[in-house]
Amino acid sequence: MADRLLEVRGLRVAYASDRGPVIPVDSVDLDLDRGEFLAIVGESGCGKSTLLYAIARLLGPPNAGEIIGGSIVFRGQEMATLDEQHLRHIRWRELSVVMQSAMNALNPVLSIGSQLEDACRAHSTMGKREIAERSQDVLRLVGIDPIHLRSYPHQLSGGMRQRAMIAMALLFTPDLVIMDEPTSALDVVAQRSLMKQIRELQDRLGFAVVFVTHDMSLVSHFSDRLVVMYAGEIVEVAATRQCFDNPLHPYTQGLLDAFPSIRGPKKHLLGIPGAPPDLARPPAGCRFAPRCPQRTERCETPPPVVEVDGDRVRCVLYDRAEVAV
Amino acid sequence: MSGSEPLLRAVGLTRHFRIGGFFRPQALHAVDDVDFEIGRAEIVALVGESGSGKSTVARLLARIYRPTRGEIWFDGREIAGLRSRKQKLSYASEVPMVFQDPFSSMNPAYRISHGIERGIKLHRPDLARRERDAEAERVLDAVGLVPASETIHRFPHELSGGQRQRVGFAQALAFRPKLIVADEPVSMLDVSIRIGILNLMSELRERQGVSFLYITHDIASARYIADRVLVMYGGHLVEEGTTEEVLQRPKHPYTQLLVAAVPDPRAPLGIADASDTGEPPRVVDPSEGCRFAPRCPLAFDRCRVETPLRREVGAGRQVACHAAEPDELLRETA
Repeated sequence: MADRLLEVRGLRVAYASDRGPVIPVDSVDLDLDRGEFLAIVGESGCGKSTLLYAIARLLGPPNAGEIIGGSIVFRGQEMATLDEQHLRHIRWRELSVVMQSAMNALNPVLSIGSQLEDACRAHSTMGKREIAERSQDVLRLVGIDPIHLRSYPHQLSGGMRQRAMIAMALLFTPDLVIMDEPTSALDVVAQRSLMKQIRELQDRLGFAVVFVTHDMSLVSHFSDRLVVMYAGEIVEVAATRQCFDNPLHPYTQGLLDAFPSIRGPKKHLLGIPGAPPDLARPPAGCRFAPRCPQRTERCETPPPVVEVDGDRVRCVLYDRAEVAV
Repeated sequence: MSGSEPLLRAVGLTRHFRIGGFFRPQALHAVDDVDFEIGRAEIVALVGESGSGKSTVARLLARIYRPTRGEIWFDGREIAGLRSRKQKLSYASEVPMVFQDPFSSMNPAYRISHGIERGIKLHRPDLARRERDAEAERVLDAVGLVPASETIHRFPHELSGGQRQRVGFAQALAFRPKLIVADEPVSMLDVSIRIGILNLMSELRERQGVSFLYITHDIASARYIADRVLVMYGGHLVEEGTTEEVLQRPKHPYTQLLVAAVPDPRAPLGIADASDTGEPPRVVDPSEGCRFAPRCPLAFDRCRVETPLRREVGAGRQVACHAAEPDELLRETA
């Protein structure tokens, strides 16, 4: 899978605030291959959703965020500066987004069928019959009886609404599906079956997924690679399994230590004391340093991004040059 | 709980809601015939999926709803029999609730002191103003919001989600409670913050002897702090036992499904591949029979016509399932 689908380089996004610009996404580099499942994890306010919106070019009023630097190359095409007209051709057909809360993302006064139809009309020239057929197909794909084309969102359970959202995203079998915490409103049983279904669909249809979540354990069995964000920066990128078995960055270690386990011995957990920094005034050095149990004086200058066994980590602990001294 | 009267005992607790129009009245069975006990300084977790009736139980305990049938005994008294305003207030102060959403459960226009001191004013009118301030600082200190003398003058927007949830517990503590009903207190919080709130609950139990009814859909967190677990499904209490017992050897097929669905990053890939249709149970005018039967891999004819009663399957262990076997049998087949 050397086929590169998405390449993000030095991406910076700014929001205006009364206290000067806030940079929720700072110098982010990201690669995604075709058919890959990439998970982005981090706490609320770490910039993970903003990063998604930037990639999908959904920033701007009313979000009022702005890309102030860097590039987003999707299928060989620069996205960061693309105008609305060209974006229309890419959105939904080649890149689609599944929003966090299906309850709010679906229109409560329109049936599922007419919402699917809306999307088809806006992004293609399909005829009425074609639309009906395609709508039935995608609902079947996610395991919903096509009878529900006539149902309204409130008649479906939370899990089914989320599935309907995914069905919508798959209308044109895009290359990339971006998902912003699609399971956070569901309970564990529904969460698990939705995750399994996403993975199955992905294996079958071959699209790539960028999946944002604050719950690391959720993606542990489903994603290929894991990106850990903290305070607007990527602090670790690693193969998922490796990241869980051998987390490098102290923040990742802390996140993993914050989960009570359902099996094995019970132990007292500490989580990560403190709160994330104010992004309008981030710490000068390592942004995690104020909460880091392993901080030293060296953390007062920005840490280097170091490569360790194919993983990337932004931490001075792994800086070989420093270790040698 | 040996012999002595438990702090709280619910007997046949039932709550139905009338829905539908005048010509098509229906009853939504949110909670059906639920019995449980909570001991002194005990943390009991109530787990179940959304819509299983666990929040309705919380509201019944908090006297927000009146039960359709059944009784709640608290400290030797039946709470439906509380008549005077004084008795009701005293119950409310002994059984406060902490809510799920720390962002909407606090008035943004008032300082932290307002919410705490208002409760004190109402429930402990004997305290003078200076004593109230001191008490507010004491409870903020107890929940780890230090320095309390500073936090007390803050506004909700100045605090993070985790800090706000601590304020929620501080408000409850100011009433000198015996039982705190915590309805999903961590589900809106970030993973890194959650554990702090769970630790806080354990600490309050240790130091102040408060009992908790911890309502959650996250059974891993229930295991972390709770002594006993109650599992609800479709308004029925389907399994009960000590936390370790229930989670290590779940007997009810729903509990098994729930345990298998918990993502465990430390486990190897591909274990416990629970397949599930995930249809919610029918709780509007339900017919006889087990409510989990349509999803249950073990269901047989009897399950569809006869509601399983809860029966003892081990020490302190109850399960409502026709298919579940008692301990000895299970050990033989395993």
